[in-house]
Amino acid sequence: MIITHLNLGILLTRIWRSMVDVRIAGARSSTKPNVSAEISNLVTPGDVITADTGFMRGHGTYMEDEKLYASVAGVVERVNKLICVKPLKTRYNGEIGDVVIGRILEVGTRRWKVDTHAKLDSVLMLSSVNLPGGELRRRSEEDEKMMRHYLKEGDLISAEVQSLFSDGALSLHTRSLKYGKLSQGQLVSISPSLIKRRKTHFHNLPCGASIILGNNGYVWICPTINEEVEQTGGYEQNLEPIQKSDREVIARLRNCVLALAEHKMMLYDTSVLYTFEASLRYSVKETVKPEVMADIIEVAQQRLEREGT
Amino acid sequence: MVDVQLSDAEKVFILHGVQDNCREDGRGCEDYRHLEIETSVMSNTNGSARVRLANTDILVGVKAELGTPSPEKLNKGRIEFFVDCSANATPEFEGRGGEDLATDISNMLYRAYDCPNCFDLQQLCVIPDQQCWILYVDILLLECGGNLFDATSLAVKAALFNTSIPTVTVTKDEGVVDLEISDDPYDVQRLDMKSSPCIVTLSKVGHSHVVDASQKEECCTLARLIMGVTEKGTITALKKEGSGSLDPTSIEDMMETGRRVGESLNKCLMDALAEEERQGTKKKSLGFLR
Repeated sequence: MIITHLNLGILLTRIWRSMVDVRIAGARSSTKPNVSAEISNLVTPGDVITADTGFMRGHGTYMEDEKLYASVAGVVERVNKLICVKPLKTRYNGEIGDVVIGRILEVGTRRWKVDTHAKLDSVLMLSSVNLPGGELRRRSEEDEKMMRHYLKEGDLISAEVQSLFSDGALSLHTRSLKYGKLSQGQLVSISPSLIKRRKTHFHNLPCGASIILGNNGYVWICPTINEEVEQTGGYEQNLEPIQKSDREVIARLRNCVLALAEHKMMLYDTSVLYTFEASLRYSVKETVKPEVMADIIEVAQQRLEREGT
Repeated sequence: MVDVQLSDAEKVFILHGVQDNCREDGRGCEDYRHLEIETSVMSNTNGSARVRLANTDILVGVKAELGTPSPEKLNKGRIEFFVDCSANATPEFEGRGGEDLATDISNMLYRAYDCPNCFDLQQLCVIPDQQCWILYVDILLLECGGNLFDATSLAVKAALFNTSIPTVTVTKDEGVVDLEISDDPYDVQRLDMKSSPCIVTLSKVGHSHVVDASQKEECCTLARLIMGVTEKGTITALKKEGSGSLDPTSIEDMMETGRRVGESLNKCLMDALAEEERQGTKKKSLGFLR
């Protein structure tokens, strides 16, 4: 173990000096643990899930010749008589009450079009946002004219799914002070199926950064905002430079989130935090290298099995 | 260019990050992202390579064909670049959407390789004035994750390294010139491509410049300098792109950085290619599944 780490050290110092790190693709992932043997209910499209007719057809499956087939690659889940396949890689299928991160695509009449990584663009109605200042009133024509002033194309928001339209498009709302426009930070996009559903998706991590794990696979990482500052729904943005130490924490968190996603690990506050702590042995730059990533994830995984919840 | 939309706050975040020399993934201003190469990925070409630079994915194939040299360079062969932007990369490329970008990239490659002491075209000559090899370099953009120019040039260089041309024997019989192309797959000649250039793109973000800009960073740049650099640090081509203006002193700075980075980029690429060749047939081909 010590010898391998020494080798790694030598390797990394060489790379650090040369600034450029060119690898051979064949050298990658030669020692990836064989986990597929452990997951018995992993299916690919066209796999027969069951020939038993007593089951109900759920998402990600289809019926042919009285057999149930998988239509996506993923994990089979059974609830009583209902069989679904949860895909590994998917667009976001919204559910009411989910916390999502979205990007404004279009300002329309009394509504914004929002990209939430769903199959269809989501809608944020003017009537389902908090106006600056938190006034509660009917939206006037004046407000309609000010819409681009509140949120314009490209802006990021955190929101909650309010309802689903009949075609599957989502309607969002930001009628709570914890939702609203996002300020400085970084967006990372990963597969929505890797986000673990929790009571809360907003976390102020002890490492000095906040993270919002959107159910739609968008993860927002930003410096922790002082709680005492009155929350304004994000309409007042602080564009002051962020300290370098905070910035490094954010960059490290980003790399950790991507490492977790790369290794198909579920994301929630504990897993992110453990990965972050495991990564502290390396410099931020090193954490993007595949072998370092694998090492960090292994350490974090072991710790999760030992003491994780 | 392939654009992503960013909010003002995100742009400010990236801008200050570059100022602090701590970019979104903790890189410094002169660091490249993780880069992977694989050569001989396609059996029906004379040489091929695939490069993956973070999310940017590029596949290059080289086909050699015999042809007549162009009238102004009778004792030299030719290289032709063709870039194809796959609609798999982004829906914007559908139909003719990627054409502008494709011409930009291929023009830049032509310019970078059009330098007397970089890639020696005389080695492609078979019979002066009559026959020469023409290398058709076909480039396919499979995924866009920023910094397409650099990744493309690296893939081209790797593919040229991998290229082997069948040996041609020329026999003169009573004034009739006869060409015999060897069928033996091992009777081939490699190209001398050590001095072919790599393209280095320097993007001006705020008051500093960065190499290997990600898509988000490309969104924050107003001006960038694209340059071809050989292993010896010779700058073979220079192009300024974007709507912003550049100060002469900052151009000098950027060129200096580009030269330095280009040198080490060339060196690292050649090291990796040599390493891959050393592994020979033992190496495991990775293919396209991830």
